[in-house]
Parts: sequence; C-alpha cells; structure tokens
Amino acid sequence: MSEAPHHFRYVATDRRVREDRRFVAGKGRFVADVDLPGTRHVALVTCPHAAARIKSIDKSRALKMPGVHYVLDGTELAEATQPLLAGLDTPNVPRRPLAFEVARYSGEWVAAVVADTRAQAEDAAEEVDVDYEPLPFVLDAERAMEKDSPLVHEAHGSNVLLDKTFVWGEVDKDFAKSPHKLSLRAKWGRSSTVPIETFGVVAGWDPWHEILDVHASIQLPRYNDQIGAALKIPVSSVRVHHDVDVGGSYGVKRGIKHTVLCGYLARRLGFPVRLIEDRLENMRGGDAHGPERLFDVELAYDDNGIVHSMKMRALENLGAYAGRSPFQLGKPAGSIVGPYKINSVQYRAIAVVTNKTTQDAVRGFGAGPTNMALERAMDEVAHAVGLDPLEVRRRNMIRHEEFPYTIPSGTEYDSGDYHTVIDKVLAGDTFETLKRQRDALRAEGKLAGIGIAACLEPSGGNAIFEALLNPKITTSTFMDSCRITVDGLGSITATMHTTSSGQGHETLVGTVVGEALQMDPDRIRVTRPDSLNSLPSGTPVASRMAIMLGGAAYRAAQKLKDKLIAIAAHDLGIPPTRAVYEAGNVYDRDDPSTKRTWSELVEIAHRNYHRMPPGFEPGLAVSDIYQVPTGGKLPTPDGRVQMYPCFSFEFHLILLTIDPVLGTPKIVRYRLGHDCGTQINPKIVRGMAMGGIAHGIGAALYEEFAYNDEGQLIAQSFMDYLLPSSHEVPPVEVIDHETPSPHTVLGQKGSGESGYLGAPAAIANAVNDALRPLGLNINTLPLKASHLADMIAEAQKS
Amino acid sequence: MKAAPFEYSRPADLDEACALLAADDGARVIAGGQTLVPMMAMRLARPTRLVDINRIADLSYIREDCDGVAIGAVTPQCIAERDALIARKLPLLARAIPFIGHAATRARGTVGGSLAHADPAAELALVSVTLDATLSYRVVGTSTDVAARDFFIGPMVTSLPDGACLTAVRFPVWSGTTGVGFHEVNARRSDFAFASAAAQVELDASGKAKRIAIGIGAASDFPIRLATAEQQLTGTALEPAKVSEAVRAALADIETLDDLHASADYRRRAAASLAASAIADAKTDSQGRNAHAH
Amino acid sequence: MRIKLSVNGETHELDVEPRTTLLDALRDHLRLTGAHAGCEHGVCGACTVLFDGVAVRSCLMFAPQAEGTAITTIEGVTPGPGELSPVQDAFCETHGMQCGYCTPAMILAAHSLLAGNPNPTREDIVEAISGNICRCTGYAQIIEAIALAAERMRGDNRPLDRTP
Repeated sequence: MSEAPHHFRYVATDRRVREDRRFVAGKGRFVADVDLPGTRHVALVTCPHAAARIKSIDKSRALKMPGVHYVLDGTELAEATQPLLAGLDTPNVPRRPLAFEVARYSGEWVAAVVADTRAQAEDAAEEVDVDYEPLPFVLDAERAMEKDSPLVHEAHGSNVLLDKTFVWGEVDKDFAKSPHKLSLRAKWGRSSTVPIETFGVVAGWDPWHEILDVHASIQLPRYNDQIGAALKIPVSSVRVHHDVDVGGSYGVKRGIKHTVLCGYLARRLGFPVRLIEDRLENMRGGDAHGPERLFDVELAYDDNGIVHSMKMRALENLGAYAGRSPFQLGKPAGSIVGPYKINSVQYRAIAVVTNKTTQDAVRGFGAGPTNMALERAMDEVAHAVGLDPLEVRRRNMIRHEEFPYTIPSGTEYDSGDYHTVIDKVLAGDTFETLKRQRDALRAEGKLAGIGIAACLEPSGGNAIFEALLNPKITTSTFMDSCRITVDGLGSITATMHTTSSGQGHETLVGTVVGEALQMDPDRIRVTRPDSLNSLPSGTPVASRMAIMLGGAAYRAAQKLKDKLIAIAAHDLGIPPTRAVYEAGNVYDRDDPSTKRTWSELVEIAHRNYHRMPPGFEPGLAVSDIYQVPTGGKLPTPDGRVQMYPCFSFEFHLILLTIDPVLGTPKIVRYRLGHDCGTQINPKIVRGMAMGGIAHGIGAALYEEFAYNDEGQLIAQSFMDYLLPSSHEVPPVEVIDHETPSPHTVLGQKGSGESGYLGAPAAIANAVNDALRPLGLNINTLPLKASHLADMIAEAQKS
Repeated sequence: MKAAPFEYSRPADLDEACALLAADDGARVIAGGQTLVPMMAMRLARPTRLVDINRIADLSYIREDCDGVAIGAVTPQCIAERDALIARKLPLLARAIPFIGHAATRARGTVGGSLAHADPAAELALVSVTLDATLSYRVVGTSTDVAARDFFIGPMVTSLPDGACLTAVRFPVWSGTTGVGFHEVNARRSDFAFASAAAQVELDASGKAKRIAIGIGAASDFPIRLATAEQQLTGTALEPAKVSEAVRAALADIETLDDLHASADYRRRAAASLAASAIADAKTDSQGRNAHAH
Repeated sequence: MRIKLSVNGETHELDVEPRTTLLDALRDHLRLTGAHAGCEHGVCGACTVLFDGVAVRSCLMFAPQAEGTAITTIEGVTPGPGELSPVQDAFCETHGMQCGYCTPAMILAAHSLLAGNPNPTREDIVEAISGNICRCTGYAQIIEAIALAAERMRGDNRPLDRTP
C-alpha cells in the first residue's frame, strides 16, 4: 500500500518547532541557568581504585578550607536515606549516591564537599583524606561469571544479577530440521549517548511549606517517587520543575543519585544545594554509561536463506551497580526477531556486575546492540548460502499483508510495509549500481563494502520487560496525560507533565490539539506544570511521546470538542447528532447559519450556567490520562508478552571505503528508509533520524569507554572519548514512507530512537563486506581504524 | 573542572616577563592558553602564577631576514595561517597550519605556545624539525638559540630551562623550486594525529631531488627526521617504489608509541604510508612550481 | 582582581579570581547564560563566543586574559526582545537544533564564518562548525540553516561591511 493521502490540516505539515525560538536566542533555561538565592555548590571526592574498602575519611583539612560548609560521607547518607530503586530483585546489591563502606569502581563518589563556590568545593575535595584498602577486582563479564572471580558485592554471593532463559516456540525441533546452522559472536563496546550538557540538579528545601524544590536536567520515569522514597519524605513534598530545558539526554539523564545527595544536603544544611557534574565526574562517576554486551547468536537456516530459528545469549557487563539498566536485556524480547519471520527463539539474558562505572538507560534501551548482532548474523547467512544480503532480508521479512503479526515471544507487531520501504530506498539506484561503485573503488586499490541493516523501532513504552525479568514487579500501567483549559476569554492552554530534551514536545502538543480543534496550533499555549500540579506521565522514554502524549492531547481535545458540541446543541435546541463542530464553532447541519461561535460557547460555559446542559461541569477544562494501547497484560508463565504497541521500521544502506594502510573508514553513500507512520512534525522526525545516525556512527567507529588493566577509565575526557563532528557524519538521504499504526489516534509511531538502532549494524556489515576479500571478519564495536589496519596488515602478510 | 588558584601578571615587556618567571619557580608563561588552560582545568598543571605574554607586541611578528623567516613566539596561529610571506617562503608551514586543532583554537593559539608545549603530535613541532628551524628563548638577561632537533627531547618535554620564555622560531628558506607535502592520520579530522609526515623537496632541472627533508610526527616521543631515507633519496627521481622502500627501512628501527588509539606497529606502517604520500605530493608540488616558473 | 570586560558593546567592571574562566565570568557574573559549559577543556565548543568577531572557546580563557577585546555573546547578536537575526531565523526555519544546548555556539560560529565568507560551500560550512559538537541533530539541519542564512543575507540589500 502506498502512503494514504494526508487529510490533516496541521499534522504532517512543515511547521516550525516553537521551542527553537528561545534556543536560538540563548534563552533556554537549563539547570545551570537556575539561580536560587543562597545556593551552595557540591564537588565530589572520588575513589581512585577499581575496588577498595573505605577505612576512614579525614575531613579535617577540607573543613578548614575557605568557603566550605560541609563534607558528607557515605555512612551518614546511608543512615539517613533508603538505597536507590533497583529494577531486578537484588536486595543484596544496594546502590547509594555515595559509596558505603566499599567503593566498587574507579570514579565512584565517596564524599561530597559543599562550599560557597564550585571552585572552592573542588579545592577542598582535594584535601579530603580517604584511607583505602584496595581490593581484588574484575572487569571482564565472562570472568565475572566464573566461580572464582572476585565478587563485586560479597553479600550477593556471585556477580550474576540475572540469568534467565526464555524458550519461545519449538527451538530444538526447528534447529533439528534445519540443514544449516551458523554461530556468531558479536561485541557491542561500552559507549553511551553522552549529551553535551552534563547532569545537574539544584535542590532546595522549604521548611515552611515542607517542599523540596528540584530543578534538574532529568529524563527519568518515577523521578519524584524515587526522590521521596530515598529521602523518606512524602512524594507530595517533592516538587520537580518540569520547565527546565534538558540539554540532550537520549536516555542517560537519570541522576537520581545526584538528586538524593543534593536533596539530603539541602534538608540537612538549610540552603539550596547544586551539583552540576563537570565532564570528568560525568564520564567516570555519573553512572551514565551504556550497554557493554557480548552476544552469541546461532541461526538455523536452509538453502534458500530462510532463517527458521535463533538462539541468542546476551551477556551484559553492568558495571558495579544496577538501577534500571538490566532491563535493557528485557526490552529486546519485544522485537527479538527483528523484521523477520523467524519461527522460534531461545533467548538467554545474563547480567553481571563488574568494577566498572554503573550504566543507565541509553537510547533504544538495548535494541541497538541486539539489532547489530542479529543483522551481522543475517549477513553471514547470506554469505553462507551465496545470496545477496538484500535478498536474504527480503525473503525473511514479514510481508505487508501479514500484519498484525505475532512474533514467537508474544508481541504483536501492529503494521509495516518493509518491502516497499526497501524498494523506495533502492529506487532509481539499484543494488547493482552500488555494487558497481564498490567494485570500481576496489579496482582502485581501496577496500570498499556495502552494508545494510533492517530493523524495527518498538515505540510506545509498554514496559512489561520489568515484569518479564523481575516477577515481583506487576506494573502494567504505562500512562501519559494532558489537560486542556479554555480561559474566560477563550484562549487555550494545554499542559504536559514532564521535562523534554529537544524532542519538541510543546510543538507536538500544540499541533495535535490544534489538529483536533481545527485551530492554528500557534494559538495553543503549552505549559509544563510542576510535579505537584501534574497528572501522571511516563516521561520521554521508549520512543513513546508521539504516541502517548500525542494520544492524551488528542483525546483531551476530543473531550473538549464533545463538550462544546453538547453545550451548543443544548443551547440551539437541536439533537447533538445534528450539531457539527468546525474550527471552534458549532452549527446545525440542517441549517448552517444557525450556530454558536467559539466566543459564545466560552461565554456560556464560563458565565451562563442557566444555558448549560443539566448536570454539566461549568467552565471548559478537560483532561485525559491515557493508558498505552495494547497494554494492560502481564507476561504469561512461559514469558510471552505483548511489549510495545507500535513498530516503526528503518532500512539503512551504506557504501563505505577503508584505507588499506591507515584503516580509516569513510562513508561514501548513505541512504535511510524510514517509516514511523504519520509524522506529526516532519522536521522533528528527520532531525531525530539524523541525530540517531550520528550517535550510531559514534558507537560504531569512534566512541568507547576504554579501561586499562588496572580498572582505570582511560577515556575520561573528550580528548579520548571521540564524539563525531560535522566531518564524521556524511550527508544522508532520508526516504520516508508512512504505514500508519492502527493503535494510535493519528496513525503515528515513535521516532525518538531512529537511526541509532540500525546505523551501527549497517556500518558493521559494510566494514565486513569491505574486509571479506581478505578473508577477515570483525564483530566488535567500535571498529577502530588502527585495529582494522592491524588486521589488514596481518592478513596481507599471510 | 576549575583550575587551582594562581596569581596573574600581564608584563609589559619581555624583561619583566623573565623577571617574574625567575622570581617564582611555580610561575608559567601563558600565551593563547589553548593547551595550558585544559591542563589547568584538569589540575594536571598547577602554576602558582601565570605570566601572560600574549600582548607583548615585540613577540608577535613575521619577518624575513638573511637567515630565513622569523616568527615571534606570540604570533597567533591564525595570523601565520593567512600570512603571504609564509605562503611564499615557508610553504610547508603554510600547508601544515590548517591541520592544527580547529579554527577556534587557531584564533587564540600561538606559534610559540605549540612549540613550547611539545606534544608529540604537534604539527608545528614536526615542521620545525623537518626544516631544521632554530628556536630562541630568553632567561633573565640571556638569549639562547637552539636547533629544533635539540629542542624537543621527550613527550611534552623541551630543553627550555626553568624560567625561560620562548621568544621566536626561525625557519631557513630553501632556494630553487620547492615542493611540499603534509599528511596526518587521526580518528577524527582534528584530533591529535596517530602519525604524521612532512616532506619538502627541491628538484633540479632534470627532475631529480636535489634536496629532500622528511619528518615524522606523532609516532614517537618527539618529531624525527628520516635521515637515512633522505640520504638514499637525494639525487633520485623519487620513484614511488624507491620512496616506499627507503621510508620503510628508515622507520624499521624507530621505536613507535603504543596507546589506546593505535598500536606501535600501526604507527610505523601509517608513518611510512604518510611519508610516501607526503613525498609524492612534494614532488608534484615542486614540478608544478617549476612549470609555473617557466 | 578587578578587571574590565567589554561585552556586547558595554563595559563591565568585575571582581574575579584570576582562575575564573571567561565562560564563568560571563555566566555567573554578567548573567549572560547563553554560552554553555559542555566540557570545560576546549573540545565541545558549547562555550563559543566571538572575540573581535572571531569564534573562540571561552572556557579556554581566564577572564583577565579577555580584557581589552570586544566580546560578543549570543545575547549580542539577538536584535531585540523577541526578535531574531537572519541567522537565528534560518536556524528556526530548518530546525537546526533540538535541545538547544550547542545552538548559541553554532550560531556564533555561523556568524564568524559568514562575516568572512558570504558564499560558503557545504564543505566550508562543515569545516566552520567542525569545532562545535552536537549530539542531537547529526548536523544536517544545522548545515542547511547556515546555507539558508547565507543565501538570504546575500539576497538582502545591506552593505558588504555590515556585521550579520
């Protein structure tokens, strides 16, 4: 099916993003711009060892330094607060803002100094004398699984926090009857999405209202709940300000430990306390690292390249502690076969702790790494049967007419037209043409390869992976909300109840409400009340906001429309079925000149109760709290689950060269096919895909949190952790397709993770295609130039 | 990442600067600050006093004399980048400067600052060694000249004595038609190089190399010359196979750096490849100038 | 120590420790919060300001070093309350940003480029912003914004020596 013609007035049109106005003038309000009188500053004392017992902390010299108010240690904080929320059922692996008795990674926060200025706090932090007893440590995940490995958390008895195997379908039977099998080991190196703004929080306690005001650069579900729980205060005493602009997050701005630390200090010391991570604190101890995952994949396939079954073992190196991060092993279950009709799957998810920095959620929540492993394996199947990788994808992909399609792990994919997207990407520029280009480059002595990746972006955030990996969790509610109020003189205000980090949510709400009400979105004011004045929100995770906030906003607007229709019909003395809403006015279908205008309806609702339908609430205020579509069910006993509701699709096509001596990769051509259903704002969607590709290029080629054998993070600053600049991101041709979702109000699916989910896979496939003539194979990210060159040199010797 | 506290002085002239440096052995010179300030932010450098020489006019100049082209230490890299005299007389320097950092760091960074800092991957250090430049410095009362090959003695280590202030660098100018080549390899365009190569060639009328200088940077603790390759290639037509062999042989005995970004062996191979490319470019460049001259 | 900074055409007297960077002096003392701290070691470029019209990193300068030079921040290129310059407007037209954190720096880098090169190629633009890292956009819409600004500014009637 080709895309349906748009019948939208504002949705899917080329509109500006209203948030941009303040950003281009430097008038964004980021956490470091928040200036509360009396604020003091925190700097951290960090552990230099990979693992160490904290024998004593001497604060005396530090306390004498200029401007210093306090030095907080882990013992005092542990006594006064609850450990931070964990995802898995691991009571013997507590996580706290400051190390308690034992520090478990180099860079872990051991003490916090509070001073009048940040510089003074740093000066004093150097004078805090910590007596450490270094302990044995472990850095490698496979080593950490061994019986005789040093234990990161003694009380837990092992380093394994999770080891769960799911068998979906008749795996053994499918393997037995398949003529061929192949195995692949793939490693996703430790990297992260590293926003340019570090995490920051300012916490202030008002004892007269008993409210903790929190301004933070935050993207975290249940943030206020976690603050209240840790500080042992009612959540109604926590006021999170949602109107702080977050300078990029892509999952990682989770600073609950920073917040509990500052919240405790603010209450203890009686003035606002601010912690803005500097870049070193952020990289080593901000706990914002991403997955570091080792995959062992086995595919069972036949001579036609059809993959019948898959076994996958995913081993995650969590770092020293765990919050939600282990769930990044669970979310992939909801799209475990990717876009393919693989009949059965065995999936083993293992999460171990090591003495590395703690992880948190990263864009895609585990999907990027999983896609890389699967797409590498699919390419190897193609090579094994002598088929084009593209042909293997086409043969295995779910066909458009087969939707909705239920995969072995129980999730139903809503809609898709993968073959058409691929056709569009290749239109006018067939695979054969690209192959000729590649061959011409090879003839010039370059190594050149074509890489493809086909993957899904599950969106909507029905996060049942929580219950899947931790049966003690029975959460099946995943909601978002919007409130719309029309004031006494007829202007419209809609609310959203969370922070944003560049996704254009205010524009989203304005556009959707405007579409529903048939009114110019620029007339719709969008505000962000604080958490005490908000309805529930699941926050911008899981590529969910277009679906969930868009959904809630649209449904609230529909309620407003319905109310207006009812008021008008009653006042006109006609049955509601004859009342037609048009751009704020309501007229009689049988006599269009008989109507009530917007102004008149506002007047009636606010001031003429005698004209209102009986029993109606006065005024024009509506709200909608929206449960995720297809949600509301927990996993079955055999681990089958309806995960996210909507599935966007992306297809990457790359032509890449590698200098045979220098090893430097260069992307020569990049085309992306992208189908996220209805695009509420095309500029926003394209920006997401391009930004995701840039993140993916970084993860594939440049970025790594590298550790040395002493457990020291050697990529501690931007000098060694290499972020792609404008030189490293090639032009990308984005080809859109729109297969609407049947589950959402406007047919929209999510696009917040797009690009990142497939770029590393496509780049890995292109590099492997380039190296194949030398008989080389590489499945470890990042693919560093010097390492590629070393491999090539070695192969050319023999 | 706030620097540790320090005193700040902005002397009016070089004598005052040297006196301040002599008075406090924790004092350090700051010019553009593009390398010193990050080190101070990370508290890897903790001077007790910064002696800001960036406005001493006498230290910022580009001029030609009988010995070559002299560049004052405080000359901003971006000024040198656009300078017509350097473009004409020091083409290798002109070719190398755009590789230094980013436009925003070249706007503040100085020629002398980069040389005094002596990062093994620094482009200016490599060009200085390749062209046998002479560096001048002043310690209270005394000025001294030192050859570039004797100046860079370790990674970020120079022969500058305590209390010294680098004042100038002088590059000899080659006569005849000179061609140049400069290449480096890094992870991203503007990163510190893993390996770099600079070549300057003067061809005679028959197209043979009358004179050739080859320098390698970033591969070892400080820039080096491939002296044996220079000897072997002088008088030849710089045929690619001969060039590759000479360069490879010259590098075979050099101990190259091994780190997070690249192995020692990689640096050796990459240096060889870059040197060959730089020499090929220099040859073509020289032939081009020859053609223009006629 | 007492220093004088000339920022956006106004002279300010500040009392700062020498170790206060220009970035922190602008943000904390002058409340010009458009310049942002991203790394504090001169790599990300989010702290970019103009020094005599040329883009520099304000985190790599101690405030005393900045005396005597005309400093321009994003606040200085904004024509007035609620008004946008052609460059700022072009960024809004192409949505050349998402979170906005690197945006003032990108816009100043664009100003620095266009002041000297009113007809930049795509490669010129890529080079000009290569010292400014963006994690949100993948740069495409930023490059388009600068190209659009250049095109619009070439089409207007202002004299050649004007500051964009």
